[in-house]
Amino acid sequence: MYYIDPHIHMVSRTTDDYETLAKMGCVGLSEPAFWAGYDRGSVDGFRDYFRQLTDFESRRAAIYGIQHFTWLCINAKEAENVELSRDVIAMIPEFLNAKGVLGIGEIGLNKNTRNEAIVFLEHIDLAMKTNEQILIHTPHLEDKYQGTRMILDMLISDNRIERHRVLVDHVEEHTIRPVLEAGFWAGMTLYPVSKCTPARAADMVEMYGPERLMVNSAGDWGPSKPTAVPDFILEMRRRGHGEELIRRIVYDNPLTFFGQSRNFDFQAPC
Amino acid sequence: MSQKFTAQAILEREYLPVRAKIIEIASALDRIDRATGGPPDDPRGKQIQTALELLLENGPDRAERVQLLFSRHYDETWPATLQMPNR
Ligand SMILES: [Zn+2]
Repeated sequence: MYYIDPHIHMVSRTTDDYETLAKMGCVGLSEPAFWAGYDRGSVDGFRDYFRQLTDFESRRAAIYGIQHFTWLCINAKEAENVELSRDVIAMIPEFLNAKGVLGIGEIGLNKNTRNEAIVFLEHIDLAMKTNEQILIHTPHLEDKYQGTRMILDMLISDNRIERHRVLVDHVEEHTIRPVLEAGFWAGMTLYPVSKCTPARAADMVEMYGPERLMVNSAGDWGPSKPTAVPDFILEMRRRGHGEELIRRIVYDNPLTFFGQSRNFDFQAPC
Repeated sequence: MSQKFTAQAILEREYLPVRAKIIEIASALDRIDRATGGPPDDPRGKQIQTALELLLENGPDRAERVQLLFSRHYDETWPATLQMPNR
């Protein structure tokens, strides 16, 4: 089955990973900008990262027949430096017309602080001004519930936002319902220890249905598994779910959501 | 969206994985007990105990309730608490 991984950080992965993903049926992926494992020192550091995301990474993916898309922002972990964050937000429009840029992301909260919330809102302002879609990171572990509710408060109180153009990622059992009920898209991240397993993701599909729901590996430089989406496909098959339902979650839904971005020029495999 | 199998069939499939996970938890708790320094004065110990008790309650939302138990409190007045700028 062809699939799309809607959230994976390929700059942290090897070319062998691209080959493995291609062999497993991955034909497209989207890579949100995220934390490099260290705080970048300057706006030029981000400019170089955005060049890597919009240029080199898509060429590396294309060698294996994978279409690469991306999202741009300064992530929540670096948002405590509000001045640098504002400089990066002011620079992002340089790249918004680049090939494969789907919008602003992954913005969100990390420790749910005031500065994180301020920088989140300023990213939203940018997305509204430039008519971009938004991909949102929700915090980890004990911070997830509080942070997700804060993010929903900020989104819902902003009447400029079209909810079907926002993806709230890393939802789990305690956050999926408010996200879907409010009309946003939701992403389930399959991680070995934190976040969600293929079995729990399949449980949530059984409980909530496939509408506005996606799964991703969020593969990055930490413990993560870039082939987690095929693990989910296998789990769904083992449970007796039909190919149509599975394809909806791992292929059709990403196409529908990404298709609302003006730079999504995906060529379906023939 | 329904499940495709009966409760009996799912029990059949999940019995050994669940058994293995319970033994993992039991042995981790034993490991803490065996270690020196006495029982840790740490709220996370109590959290684990409460989570285990939660598993014995009736479903269907145990996973959600365990998640909430391990979550920081959400207070809808956070914009005032954090003194967020007016927009
Ligand atoms: Zn990410």
